[in-house]
Amino acid sequence: MIAIHNARVLTPDGPIDTDLTVREGAVNSLSAGQAETHLDARGALVGPGFVDLHCHLREPGFEWKEDIRSGSKAAAAGGYTALVAMPNTNPAIDSGHLARFVADRGRAAGLVEVAPAGAITMGRTGTSLAHLDELFEAGVRIFTDDGVGVADAGLLRHAMEYLAERGGVVAQHAEDAGLARGGHMHEGVVSSRLGIRGLPSLAEEVMVARDLALVAHTGVRYHVMHVSSRGSIELVAGAKGAGLTVTAEVTPHHLSFDHSRVETMEPGFKMYPPLRTETDVTALGKALLNGTIDAVATDHAPHAPHECEVPFEEAPRGVIGLETAAAAVNTAIEPAPMTLFEKMSVTPALIAGLSGQGRWIEEGSPANLVIFDPDASWVPQGFVSKSQNSPFRGVKLRGKVMATIFCGRITYQALQ
Amino acid sequence: MKHLLSIADLDRAAIEGLLDLADHFTEVLERDIPKVPALRGMTVATLFFETSTRTRLSFEKAAKALSADVLNFNPSGSSLSKGESLKDTVLTVQAMGTDLMVVRHGAVGAPARVASWVDCPVINGGDGAHQHPTQALLDALTLRRRFGKLDGLRVAIVGDIRNSRVARSNIDAFTALGAAVTLVAPPTLLPLEIGSYPVSTSTELESILGDLDVIYLLRVQLERGSGPVLPSLPEYVARYGLDRRRFGLLGKEAVVMHPGPMNRGIEIASDVADDPRALITDQVSNGVATRMAVMFRLLTGKGQP
Repeated sequence: MIAIHNARVLTPDGPIDTDLTVREGAVNSLSAGQAETHLDARGALVGPGFVDLHCHLREPGFEWKEDIRSGSKAAAAGGYTALVAMPNTNPAIDSGHLARFVADRGRAAGLVEVAPAGAITMGRTGTSLAHLDELFEAGVRIFTDDGVGVADAGLLRHAMEYLAERGGVVAQHAEDAGLARGGHMHEGVVSSRLGIRGLPSLAEEVMVARDLALVAHTGVRYHVMHVSSRGSIELVAGAKGAGLTVTAEVTPHHLSFDHSRVETMEPGFKMYPPLRTETDVTALGKALLNGTIDAVATDHAPHAPHECEVPFEEAPRGVIGLETAAAAVNTAIEPAPMTLFEKMSVTPALIAGLSGQGRWIEEGSPANLVIFDPDASWVPQGFVSKSQNSPFRGVKLRGKVMATIFCGRITYQALQ
Repeated sequence: MKHLLSIADLDRAAIEGLLDLADHFTEVLERDIPKVPALRGMTVATLFFETSTRTRLSFEKAAKALSADVLNFNPSGSSLSKGESLKDTVLTVQAMGTDLMVVRHGAVGAPARVASWVDCPVINGGDGAHQHPTQALLDALTLRRRFGKLDGLRVAIVGDIRNSRVARSNIDAFTALGAAVTLVAPPTLLPLEIGSYPVSTSTELESILGDLDVIYLLRVQLERGSGPVLPSLPEYVARYGLDRRRFGLLGKEAVVMHPGPMNRGIEIASDVADDPRALITDQVSNGVATRMAVMFRLLTGKGQP
């Protein structure tokens, strides 16, 4: 039994100032009951635990960067109670037994719900379909070759037809290989001056536009991962207007930084898609608030410190984000509390089909909770993750996770 | 000045100070014994992670003319090929005792990264398509010695500008010294976002030749890492190659420059390359004096010998 005092609880009817009691993995009552553990929220928000549609836990195959346990710990520290683990592991998650392995390892760690995403193609090589039925039977609902886009439109069409019938989501890392070839950052003024080959916004927009034609044809549920450009936002808005079953996510770093950061040559600013222009950053924030973009996803991509001590062009792709996501979003776009949780918990849980997650708090709702103080400021320095490649190190953020509760147990606590 | 990483870090006065110093060292190099003891007892390491002949030799000659000892590093056959990281490699070299490192690397920003790891001054000997600052200084020196000053000089840079560190550093240096720069190339070889550069551009060469004081040719390759950027080399030669006929369209005082290595018969006809108004060997000679000036400045902090 856990009692949370002085909380601003996010209920189906909006925020309510009340106490809260958790018992046997569920919210027992919106009042202070008998409890062994007492947490004083000091007026902070208590909402459904965050749900990440997009993170890289690196297990199996890259455990020196992160593993399912260390990634789960980082997630709990960031207020998460569920993660969708990307399938670009070694081996890639292209078969049922591999998806079960990931889910089992997540249960063994016991800190968050780990939902494996499955590959669309065998080995993520883009040449033949993965074992989609097996993956679906193993509980996979999100299918992606994340890290690369599915280049072959004919193959993608078949995956879409198959998964439309099953009810899975095709999630695309939209990046045309030809337009992106050799690129390390956004193609623009900064890349031109630095002499670094760029990935144009076009590389993303071309693939989103193509995919949307396939979605209109197949009727599959389609999800654009880490949208980064204003042009992609317009494509998604158009598709939604036309009634297609399309959703989109944005990362905290794309909401926070533009490509001028790459002038520092810090590998902490290298990711795919890259940081784009100030215009794109503004458009992404606006699209998240107006609903064109549905969810925030971290694209947490750990790389070991020694792998990042290299020149920018040789640095690995991606940055960590689980521990800073909520604070970064809160800082970048200052959403209302219900909006923050809608984008970081309720909607991602719906997209991923996680019924025990992302539920506004009422009596009987699952005790997957986060206590988040939107007014507390802090400066991230070190991270719980095995890796430290964060663009937010040393950046003052507003909003702090005070405690995380998963299945009625405290998995992270900054409160005394 | 702690390091020399980019011309963009230097203002006009700093560039001119280095050119003045380089002028002095050209005199030293013309002496019977072309050597001064300025850096005696010091060690210069040339770390060329990307292959080079002229630049590495030029730095080595410059260091020796200042009486420094030189450590040469050759990436093939080094522990780099056994998987040692750039950082460990430079820390190893530093631990042996070096007073200055010259770093050439295929990745943009590598010399700056090295500078953040080591205690000694670092000279960028060329990083990816980013900067080659000593090339820009030696080219500016060559033009200043020829024309007296760069103010008002009309310079065209022709060729693969998009992928050229020489072009990026020369644009910075030439414009800082008052020259008017025109970039000439087919659209796929011009820099992107060209409006952000203080230059004019042309996709056509012949019509501007009569208005130039300097034509600076760059090496052209058919293939880059991003795939083919030109339909074919003969088509490039037909539109942009400086042959004898086009050379004749230049003003009588105009000069031809090339950073080397040249593709004779492609960007430059062989007889044009050997014409007295081609300053290519002057560039090489001035390179030694320029690098002496940069090393002297970084290691002694002095603007005068």
